[in-house]
Amino acid sequence: MLLEAKNISFKYGKDTRQILDNFSLSVESHERVGIIAPSGFGKTTFCKILAGYEKPDSGEILLDGKSLSSYKGYCPVQMIWQHPEQVVNPRLHMRAALEEGDKIEERIIRGLGIEDDWLNRYPTELSGGEMQRFCIARALGKRTKFILADEITTMLDLITQSQLWSFLIKEVQEREIGLLAVSHSMPLLQSVCTRLQELDK
Amino acid sequence: MEERKVILDIHNFSIAFEQYENGFKKTSLPTIRELDVTIHEGEMVAVVGSSGSGKSLLAHGILGIQPYNATLGGEIIYDGEILTEERKAALRGNEIVLVPQSVAFLDPLMKIGPQIRKGKKDKASKEKLDGIFKGFHLKEEVQDLYPFEMSGGMNRRVLVSTAMMGNPRLVIADEPTPGLHMDMVRRVMAHFREMADNGAGVLLITHDLEQALEVADRVVVFYAGTTVEDADVKDFEKEENLRHPYSKALWRALPQNGFQFIDGTQPYVKDLPEGCPFGPRCKECTAECKKRIAYREVRGGRVRCIHAV
Amino acid sequence: MKKMNGRILTLVAFIAAVGFLTAITIAGTVFADEAMVVDFSRKNLAPCGQYIFGTDWMGRDMFVRTLTGLSMSIKIGLLAAGVSSIIAFILGTLAATMGKTVDSIITWIIDLVMGIPHILLLILISYAFGKGFKGVVIGVALTHWTSLARLIRGEVLQLKEATYIKVAEKLGKSKFEIAWKHMVPHLLPQFLVGLILMFPHAILHEASITFLGFGLSPEQPAIGIILSESMTYLTMGKWWLAVFPGLLLVFTVVLFDVAGESLRKLLDPASAHV
Repeated sequence: MLLEAKNISFKYGKDTRQILDNFSLSVESHERVGIIAPSGFGKTTFCKILAGYEKPDSGEILLDGKSLSSYKGYCPVQMIWQHPEQVVNPRLHMRAALEEGDKIEERIIRGLGIEDDWLNRYPTELSGGEMQRFCIARALGKRTKFILADEITTMLDLITQSQLWSFLIKEVQEREIGLLAVSHSMPLLQSVCTRLQELDK
Repeated sequence: MEERKVILDIHNFSIAFEQYENGFKKTSLPTIRELDVTIHEGEMVAVVGSSGSGKSLLAHGILGIQPYNATLGGEIIYDGEILTEERKAALRGNEIVLVPQSVAFLDPLMKIGPQIRKGKKDKASKEKLDGIFKGFHLKEEVQDLYPFEMSGGMNRRVLVSTAMMGNPRLVIADEPTPGLHMDMVRRVMAHFREMADNGAGVLLITHDLEQALEVADRVVVFYAGTTVEDADVKDFEKEENLRHPYSKALWRALPQNGFQFIDGTQPYVKDLPEGCPFGPRCKECTAECKKRIAYREVRGGRVRCIHAV
Repeated sequence: MKKMNGRILTLVAFIAAVGFLTAITIAGTVFADEAMVVDFSRKNLAPCGQYIFGTDWMGRDMFVRTLTGLSMSIKIGLLAAGVSSIIAFILGTLAATMGKTVDSIITWIIDLVMGIPHILLLILISYAFGKGFKGVVIGVALTHWTSLARLIRGEVLQLKEATYIKVAEKLGKSKFEIAWKHMVPHLLPQFLVGLILMFPHAILHEASITFLGFGLSPEQPAIGIILSESMTYLTMGKWWLAVFPGLLLVFTVVLFDVAGESLRKLLDPASAHV
C-alpha cells in the first residue's frame, strides 16, 4: 500500500504562520520513514493531517490512490501520540482503551509487556511508559495499514524507548505496516528507520 | 581547585500522597522515596528520570508549592540552614527561582513584559529584559502579548526568561525544553550554563539523558522514586565508569551505544518492590538487595547499590 | 494524629442529609390531614412540651403544619428541578452538538431567561398558568434550567475537542458509542450534582412566590402561606409562628446544599483527598 501526502498547505488561523507550504511525501508499506525537520515545521501538525485529524487548506492525502477521508469507519492510518495521558479517557479503565482498538491480538499485548493487572487500572494509576504501551497496542489493530509515530518515546526513559521501538519495528515488518517516525533525536531515527527524509518549507 | 560552597543539600527526601482508591480505602502513595541531591555554587546538576516518575514533585517540594495532599519527608538544607516552609515562601521568586514546565504557571491576565519584570518599570529592568529577549530571538512585541497568544516555542523561551530577570542563587528548571528545536535547546541550555558559571547553582530536572550529558556537570539518575546514582558527566563516556546497573542499562539503551534493552518496566509507585527498586530487573540481584540500601560513595560518585565497586 | 477518612465523612453527611429530607417529606405527607385540624381550645399557645412549635390563632399545631408545608415544598422542588434539569440536559447537549445556528439560538434563550429577574419571570409564568401547584411547578421549571444548561453545553463542547474522543472516532467508533462510553461518564456526575443543587433554589423560589400570593392557594399549608399569614401576628408577640417554620425552611435548604456538595466531592476524583 502507499500513503501519499500531495501538495499539503496548512495554517491554523487566518493571520497565523504558514505551517506547511505545498509539501509532499509518500510512504510505502515496507518502509520506515524518519522525518527530520527544522524548527517550527509543525511535525505534529503534519502527522495529524496525515492521519486525518486535521484537514489541510489545500492538497490531499491519498491511501492507495483514494482520498483518506473516503475510508469510513476504522481509519487504516493510525497515529500514536507523544502524550499518552491525553489520548485515553481518564474516567475509564485501561481495559476499555484497549478494547477500543480493532481486535488487538494477545500476542501484541504480551509483546509490549502489558501486565493483566494493569487492565483494571485508571490511567492516573499507571506510569507514562506503561500507558504508552497501551496506546501502541491500541493503534496496532487488525485493519491498521500505516502507523504514524509522533515523538512516541520522547517522554520515556531510554530503556523503555528501546523496548518499545524494537517491538514496533518487528511488528510493522511482519505485518507490512508502513511507519512514519517523527523525533528530534537523530541517532534514534537512524536506528529505527529505513529512510530519512529532510523536510524544508 | 578550591572547595566550592554547597548551596543546596537534599537528604533522604520523600513525598507521599494521600489518596483514595475503590471509593473509600485511603492509601499513601510514596511517589518519591529516597532522593539525595547536592548542588554547589556554580554547578549544574541534572536529575534524570522518565516522565511520570515524580521528578517534577522534587521541584515543587523545594519551592513549597506541592499539592495539599502531599506529605514531605527528609531534609532540605539551603545555604547551610534547613529550608522550612516559611523560608521557602520567602526565598522563592528571589533567591530560588523555578522555570516551570508550562505556561499554566503564568498569570493569564497579565501581559508578558510587565509579568516578567514583576511590574518594575525602571529603565534598568526594561533594558535587561530587552537583552534577554534579544538573546532568545523574541521580538519586542512579545512583551505586549498575553500568555495565551504565544506559540509553544515562544512559551518556553519566555518561561526561561523569567528565571534570568533576577539574580537567583539557585535555579530549578523543570523540563525546560520539550518542544523546542535542538538549536533553541542549546541556546537555552547555554543560558543556564552561563548562570551556573556566574555562581548560581542550577538544578535541571529532565527526562533527556543525552541533553543532560551535554550541559550538566553531574548527573543524578532517578529511578522509581529513588536516586540510584550520582555521577560526573565524564563517567558516562564509558559503561565501566558507571556504578549502578540501571545507569549501565540506560547507557546501553542509547541509540548510539547499541540501542539494547532489558526486560520489564519501571514499576508504578504502588507496586514498588522491597529494597532496591531495580531489583526485579537486575541480574545481580541477591537477597541482600531486598533490604533498605544505603547511598554510599564509590569512586568519587554516589550509588545506591550494594554490589557496586 | 491520624487524619479522619474524609471520604467516609462526606458519605455520612450525604446520607444524613438525604435521610433527613426523606423523613421530612414522609412525615409531612402522613400528617397532612392533621395540619388542617382547627381546635379553638388550644389557640395561640407558645411552644411547650406538647406543641413544640406552638399553635396558631385557629389552634392548629404549628409543628405539623410546618412539616406538611416543607414536604409540599420538597415535592414541588423535586418535580420542578427534575423537569428543569431535563430541559437543561436537552438544550445544553443540542447547543453543543447541533452546529453554530442552534448554539447561538439556545445561548440567546439562556441569556434572555437569565437576564430577566428570576422572581419576576416566575410570577409571570405562574400567574399565566393559573397559579396553584401547576403554576408554581411550571414557573420554577422554566426559570431554573439555565445555569445547568450552560454547564452541560460547556462540558460537551470541551469533551468534543478532547483528543481521546478524536482518537475514538479514528478507531471507527460510532457517534452513539462515543457519547455513551466516553461522554456519559463525564456528564452524569455533573448532571446529578447540578440537579441536587437546583433543589434549594426551587424550594426558596416556591416559598417566595407563595408568600407573595402568586403561588399555592391559601388553603394549602405551604411554607410560604404560613410565613405570610404569620406576618400579621408577629407584631402581637406571636414570634413562634414565623421563627420555627422559617428556621426549618433554611435548614432544609442547607441540607440540600450539603447533599449536593458532598455528592460532588464523592464523584470528583480530584477533590476530597483530605
